[in-house]
Amino acid sequence: MTQFLSLLLNGVSLGAIYALIALGFVIIFKASEVVSFTQGSLLLLGAYTIARLSHPLGFWLAALAGIVVTALAALLVERLIINRLRGAPVISLAIVTIGVDIILLTELIRRIGSDILNVPHPWGGRSFRIGDVGISQNRLIAILVAGVLIAIFFAAFKYSSWGVAMRASAEDGETAALMGIRLGRVSALAWVVAGALAAVAALFLVGAPTPGVSPSVYSVSLRAFPAAILGGLDSTGGALVGGLLIGITESLAAGYQDQLLFLGRGFGDVVPYVVMIIVLLVRPSGLFGTKELTRV
Amino acid sequence: MLSIDSLHVSYGGVQAVRGISMEIPDGKVVAVLGSNGAGKTTLLRAISGTLKLHRGRVESGSVSFDGAELTGRDPAETVRMGLVQVPEGRRIFGRLTVEENLRAGGMGSKDKTAKAKAQQRVFELFPVLQERSAQRGGLLSGGEQQMLAIGRALMASPKLLLLDEPSLGLAPRIIGQIGEVIAEINRQGTSVLLVEQNATMALGVADLAYVLDVGEVSLSGDARELARTDEVQRLYLGHDSEEAHAAPRVASGRTLTRWTS
Repeated sequence: MTQFLSLLLNGVSLGAIYALIALGFVIIFKASEVVSFTQGSLLLLGAYTIARLSHPLGFWLAALAGIVVTALAALLVERLIINRLRGAPVISLAIVTIGVDIILLTELIRRIGSDILNVPHPWGGRSFRIGDVGISQNRLIAILVAGVLIAIFFAAFKYSSWGVAMRASAEDGETAALMGIRLGRVSALAWVVAGALAAVAALFLVGAPTPGVSPSVYSVSLRAFPAAILGGLDSTGGALVGGLLIGITESLAAGYQDQLLFLGRGFGDVVPYVVMIIVLLVRPSGLFGTKELTRV
Repeated sequence: MLSIDSLHVSYGGVQAVRGISMEIPDGKVVAVLGSNGAGKTTLLRAISGTLKLHRGRVESGSVSFDGAELTGRDPAETVRMGLVQVPEGRRIFGRLTVEENLRAGGMGSKDKTAKAKAQQRVFELFPVLQERSAQRGGLLSGGEQQMLAIGRALMASPKLLLLDEPSLGLAPRIIGQIGEVIAEINRQGTSVLLVEQNATMALGVADLAYVLDVGEVSLSGDARELARTDEVQRLYLGHDSEEAHAAPRVASGRTLTRWTS
């Protein structure tokens, strides 16, 4: 039981981090109709920036700088490439983002090399225990920060002008433009938010129990894609549920590895994709994907 | 005043508007009639700046509003200049509530008092929108959706309201109400450009009217006089007169293409 609770708690924490990345993925899709595969390399860029700047600037300033740099990088991708390709087929745009992702990733891997860059989190590698249920402090803080950010995001999405503009243009871009909504600005802002969320996710992904920044952080971030897709590509709520679902199943599959040996070792790594495939077979548009709501 | 001067628009080499000239004076309701493919929607796109989204291009001619050139501007700028279009088929945001739809309509301006006033005006014109303000737009009836589409556009306090076939798919009684609403909006000081296939309603509320045919203006003039011409009677008002068949009258120097037998 304690093992189960520990795994569950760790799964929720991992899931909250996935949810941050998946939310970025979803809002980019909603605002600019681009399935963006740049999230992984943006996340690594955030992690790299934080690690590199931590020594001169200290952790907090470095974290802030990492978030700003990643958000700006996302903005640049949107302004220089995506915005100029408006109207191009969705598939072409997706492939373009894969290209951008590979370029950025290659450069980052070259810079990181075979090192593991350490990020000096003030909370260090300590762990937190309630009875026998344990979690690293880093992961516990991740749950809290992600929870707060996601709540702010949802409130803004529902109540702020930005949220209304975003939802209106996601539903019908041409009509939103006819109402005076600047589609370019809505799209740019979505990329900035997605970049910032990826950097926050990076901040926690490279802390305990992960040893630090290495190129393998990239592959961890890739699990946010099945999270976004199984939740429903155009659903922010789906990104949250999808993230948690993937995080928890991954954690449980890894934790109960010995009992699952018949499936082979390392099943935890593939379980996000298995879950995604099963969900999509049952619900092709994801758990919360758009079902048309009309009455005529 | 909106002024269109020998406008040519094409989509990938196919001409949709071929030399249209038109004047929409301040404070008037101007109707544009024409069948499918006459170039009505293309004309509106050229005004509102959405041609690019449909890969259309202004080849020559100009569209100007109070002296400022509109061609080449994006739709958000056009809205800020005081021209707002209600798109064909209503196109309300079905997943947004009625209130959010209206908020979206006011996104073009930051002036909070103007928006509050506009909202009050919308609720006076369409009390049903106030009753349903928390409901999702997609759950409104067709007539209510058209009211929401018009109300949403009014949130930007336009000087000129562009309406693209507001009667489309609505019951005759509702079409009558829409006509009254248009007249009321105009009485409150907004000029209206009304693109319609329903000539009875359009000519009933309009001061001036233009008839488009395959991308050109085939008839134009005072709405009431135009309603009396045989061409309009026969082609748009459904009164089949023997005389018109026997001796087609030529108005403003051009004949209408007759595709009816």
